[in-house]
Amino acid sequence: MFVLVVGAGRVGASVARDALAQGHTVSVLDRDAMSHEQLDQGLETSWEEAGGQFTVGAALESSALIAAGIEQANVFVAATNGDNTNLVVAQIAEQRFGVSKVIARVLDPARAEWYGARGSIQTICGTSRAIELVEKSIADSVGGA
Amino acid sequence: MYVVIAGGGKVGVNLARELLSKGYEVTLIEQRRDRYTVIEDELEHVVQYGDATEMWVLERAGVLRADLLVAVTGDDEDNIMICQMAREKYMCERIVARVNNPRNLEHFQLLGIRPAVSATNMILRLIEHEVPKIGLVHLLELTDDQIEIIEVEVLEGTVAAGKIVSDIPLPDGSLIISVLRPEGGFVPRADTLINAGDEVLVVLAPGLETEVAAVFSGTQAASGS
Repeated sequence: MFVLVVGAGRVGASVARDALAQGHTVSVLDRDAMSHEQLDQGLETSWEEAGGQFTVGAALESSALIAAGIEQANVFVAATNGDNTNLVVAQIAEQRFGVSKVIARVLDPARAEWYGARGSIQTICGTSRAIELVEKSIADSVGGA
Repeated sequence: MYVVIAGGGKVGVNLARELLSKGYEVTLIEQRRDRYTVIEDELEHVVQYGDATEMWVLERAGVLRADLLVAVTGDDEDNIMICQMAREKYMCERIVARVNNPRNLEHFQLLGIRPAVSATNMILRLIEHEVPKIGLVHLLELTDDQIEIIEVEVLEGTVAAGKIVSDIPLPDGSLIISVLRPEGGFVPRADTLINAGDEVLVVLAPGLETEVAAVFSGTQAASGS
């Protein structure tokens, strides 16, 4: 499977490394060449030596998406630090390039829920998950006391 | 009529002023605290502080009863999102989006955000119009209506040079609407003689540019956009 990850931050880089370790073809696009260091974390070799691909470019630049291999991608992960960038580039991946599985990381629960409910792309909201866990933890401690 | 404007930069603030002076009800949303404070000094309660890509900020601004939403922030992703939510979630009938980087125009079109206005493209057109001998100039494109107006110079030895309008073989879907000469422009008739050196305005359906330009200026039709 070909996985394209846009945004090599904590989430994007970890997802990319794990997908590579599972034997998938993995390509990462980030506008900052230095973000490469994030990808190398925990690897014994560099990202490329481990078999990964890395392209420097902006998420909304069609030529950068194509250079990163979006036309071959089966899975697209939008994981930049901007909710709006992720939601827009995810829709481009789905509508223009026809990627079958498109996942956008969205920090704002309201936007994550609404765009997720529209159906064409999947949204993942770390904030909602954190809220759930904290509330569960509080409820558990109250219950245990 | 109620207008919500997202983005309090030069475009947003001037638009707000203009609409207010014409008696419209306006709310302007600005997310930078320093800019918000400056605008508030002038426009008072018309401006609200917040990120217009947040749903609660749009709702607080009254997007549900807005007749028109204008997204003119400096960020194209934000403008796309604001318009998408306004139209699809809040059923706002009319939207206008600003395109900051002309290269992002294709994304606005893909996601159905129209009209999308690119000031950079407009300035480029005006400059092209002012700079002579640049070949074919796109003066106006009404994408939704499938109509364009181009300006092209008639060159010596081309199909059109020295012919009257009715004898110039233009493709169906195109029409000469003006002739520009140093002494002034005019609307030609069927028997108007077109000379080398004239500039003509042609209205046409998109896709005919190359064919039409070839009639007036040979084959070296440089795309204006």
